[in-house]
Amino acid sequence: MLDRGSKDGRFPLQEADLLPLSIGAALLGTGGGGNPYIGMLRSRELMRKGATVDILPLDALPDDAWIGEVGGIGAPVVGVEKIEQGEECYRAMRAVEEVSGKKMSALICAEIGGANSMEPVLTAMQAGLPVLDGDGMGRAFPEVQMTTFFIYGADAAPAAMSDDKGNVVIFRDVKDMYWLERFARDTSVAMGAAAGLAIAPMRMDFVRKTAVPGTMTEALAIGRTVLDARARRKDVVARVIETTGATLFFTGKVTDIERRTEGGFARGEAKIQGSGDWAGSEARIAIQNENLVLWVDGKPVIMVPDLIINLDLETGEPITTEVLRYGQRMATIGLPVHDLMKTPEAMKVVGPQAFGYPDLTFKPLAFGPIHS
Amino acid sequence: MIRIGIDVGGTNTDAVVMDGMTVLAGVKAPTSQDVMTGVVAALKKVLAAAKMTADRVDVVMIGTTHFTNAVVQRRDLAQTACVRLCLPATASLPPMVDWPEDLRDTIGHHWFLAHGGNEFDGRVISPLDEAELLGIADQIRARGINSVAISAVFSPVSNEFEKQAGEIMARALPGAHITLSADIGRVGLLERENAAIMNACLRDLSRDVVAAFRGALADVGFTGRFYLTQNDGTLMDADFAERFPVLTFASGPTNSMRGAAFLSGVADAIVVDIGGTTTDVGSLQKGFPRQATVAVEVGGVRTNFRMPDVFSIGLGGGSLVVGEGDGLTVGPRSVGYRIVTEALIFGGRTLTTSDIVVADGGAELGDKSKVAHLDPALIRAARDRIAFMLEDCVERARISAEPLPVIVVGGGSILVEGPIAGLHLILPDHFAVANAVGAAIAQVSGEVDRVYSLTDIGREEALNDAKRRATEAAIAAGARPDTIEIVDVEDVPLAYLPGNATRVRVKAVGELHVG
Repeated sequence: MLDRGSKDGRFPLQEADLLPLSIGAALLGTGGGGNPYIGMLRSRELMRKGATVDILPLDALPDDAWIGEVGGIGAPVVGVEKIEQGEECYRAMRAVEEVSGKKMSALICAEIGGANSMEPVLTAMQAGLPVLDGDGMGRAFPEVQMTTFFIYGADAAPAAMSDDKGNVVIFRDVKDMYWLERFARDTSVAMGAAAGLAIAPMRMDFVRKTAVPGTMTEALAIGRTVLDARARRKDVVARVIETTGATLFFTGKVTDIERRTEGGFARGEAKIQGSGDWAGSEARIAIQNENLVLWVDGKPVIMVPDLIINLDLETGEPITTEVLRYGQRMATIGLPVHDLMKTPEAMKVVGPQAFGYPDLTFKPLAFGPIHS
Repeated sequence: MIRIGIDVGGTNTDAVVMDGMTVLAGVKAPTSQDVMTGVVAALKKVLAAAKMTADRVDVVMIGTTHFTNAVVQRRDLAQTACVRLCLPATASLPPMVDWPEDLRDTIGHHWFLAHGGNEFDGRVISPLDEAELLGIADQIRARGINSVAISAVFSPVSNEFEKQAGEIMARALPGAHITLSADIGRVGLLERENAAIMNACLRDLSRDVVAAFRGALADVGFTGRFYLTQNDGTLMDADFAERFPVLTFASGPTNSMRGAAFLSGVADAIVVDIGGTTTDVGSLQKGFPRQATVAVEVGGVRTNFRMPDVFSIGLGGGSLVVGEGDGLTVGPRSVGYRIVTEALIFGGRTLTTSDIVVADGGAELGDKSKVAHLDPALIRAARDRIAFMLEDCVERARISAEPLPVIVVGGGSILVEGPIAGLHLILPDHFAVANAVGAAIAQVSGEVDRVYSLTDIGREEALNDAKRRATEAAIAAGARPDTIEIVDVEDVPLAYLPGNATRVRVKAVGELHVG
């Protein structure tokens, strides 16, 4: 898959990887997660000043190594206006090290989908650490507790947050991950809706069992597929389906988009009128920052935690829920989420019930044939 | 009301005279290197054709691609400094970070980060530091720079810092051109700042070009007001245009689409504008071009302008026809403005799409005997290929299964043989100068883009406040209050934020007040 890695799967991330990584991450954002464009530019700036970062497979480090998890927390739209000072996540990570008394050996993404794909890469370059090839979601989700790490029992404390001004807030004792989400959400608003969050160090043996593996390389491969298909003027959507094993569930045009705010989240619903093979059909998609459920002609066909991804029919550009609008022509594809997100424990946190759909029973998608 | 619409394109300068809603005359003249000569020629020609004297003309509207082309071609751009009020935020990405290197080299790498800026809810990131700004002004002066762009974090929410910094800079740098980002763009710091910097680097040029327009109009005896058209199909007066040349970007396609809507009387349609080298296809909704939803690049620089969602292909009246049978290709190469010497029908030696159409009896143009030798099978194959290309791009522009009509405009319209994609075809009168008509009928607008906390005031009140502000902005821009309509309302909840923080964008447009 990667042509320059050493035998153990370790490889240096290079400037040319940043664009495909950001495109793949945007796609895995399933409509949310914020745009990785700013993070891509920041990474490029650091690399041009000489910073380097290695991506490590999950079996590279010993069981007792400590792994840090960092990410941005706030509103994606604030992220494109109040761009980071640059060391928000780094300061938060150092604070967690100080309070816990544990030195990190590597960092890992909380969520590969969207802007948070880039934060550990940036922090790792600043700290001189490697980044693990995996993450805690395999996609994007709106809340802090929705990672495989928390689902399988990672400590909610100590955690730390930092803002552009250098304020650092430490969460020393936190009852559980839901309390952390609540405190972190309110703190992020006080910090101007853009802050860095670092979570308690996790042991490598725990991470090896609970991380969704290979998602950095997966995002890279998806991004390269999109760029290659565009350059050769091939059908981008078809190529994405071939390389990921996704399934095409609908093509059509957005005929209505309704949005409302509930509990600090963007909720809403999009209606899509079918075209091509789906001419005469109608689909709708429920949204909470990310795409939650796809119904075709009234029947639920994809639902959380599986991935519902809207792509521009012509360019293959992932369409985030914020820019979803009337008249857009798009293809909706479904990608099975990792098995770690389908267990009974995971269903309680990221299943349809957790998102307020008590009547839906999760029916997992199957992978289609994969060509690479 | 008598008005003149002018469209200054890269090849032709088109002009029309309109009396109320009637087009009295429309002409084309070659665009000149100095702009002014071509505009004077077009004006004289169109006034003669309409049997009109300049003193009877109430108002003149001009659309121009001059500023877009200056950025695309990296010419006539001034050295420019960017001052961003932001610290400590945003230090990770300096201004112009995502620009093409050659453009950055052209205007110099002059950027400064200073204290200031707001949070999303209007709180202050850090107070303005006058001494710091005066120090930056000293450096700008020392480098001999006369154009300054000022940006601030969340200036679309509160523009106070940009205004204060602008005043400090203006006092410290007398005579400098100063552009504030909040005057130009919406939320999205890099894109808005990019637009402000491009505007600042065009200020020397805009002074000259607007003076050339003013000179051309005076030359034909017109002394009234004149306007330039913006990318959203609305007007700005000459003084405003001189200060905000960047707002003319992409006004060409907008004008031709608006002109098509006017000439055909159809408000919802697909517009196909066929020129000499390219065909632009876009869609009209309620008489306005549908806007692009993704970031639009101009000369390699990312912007968040309101730009029409236009799809272009390399097909025009001057496109080359090469090969035959299955190997036959049409475009994207074109003889362009050299068509009058190079096409077969004009005695040249290059087979173009226009030759094919004339040989097929589809148009009276040039000397038909010069294409009498063409093989009927080749003519048929080329016409089929052209029809296929047009059909393909019309299909891409369709946004609903609804059978919208297709309006064809532009000098290359003779290429169209019959209905495209089975849709009703409209070829309006004066189709060749639709862009100048679009300029003549342009409206004036006002827009707001603000973040409201709906917990404090409720959605209805927030929308009403935004509509009121947009209406005030339209009146300030010269709209007649009784004609103002709200044409666009968009509210996007800001994800992850409690307090129902919502971004509201409203646009109001109205007819220009004349008199």
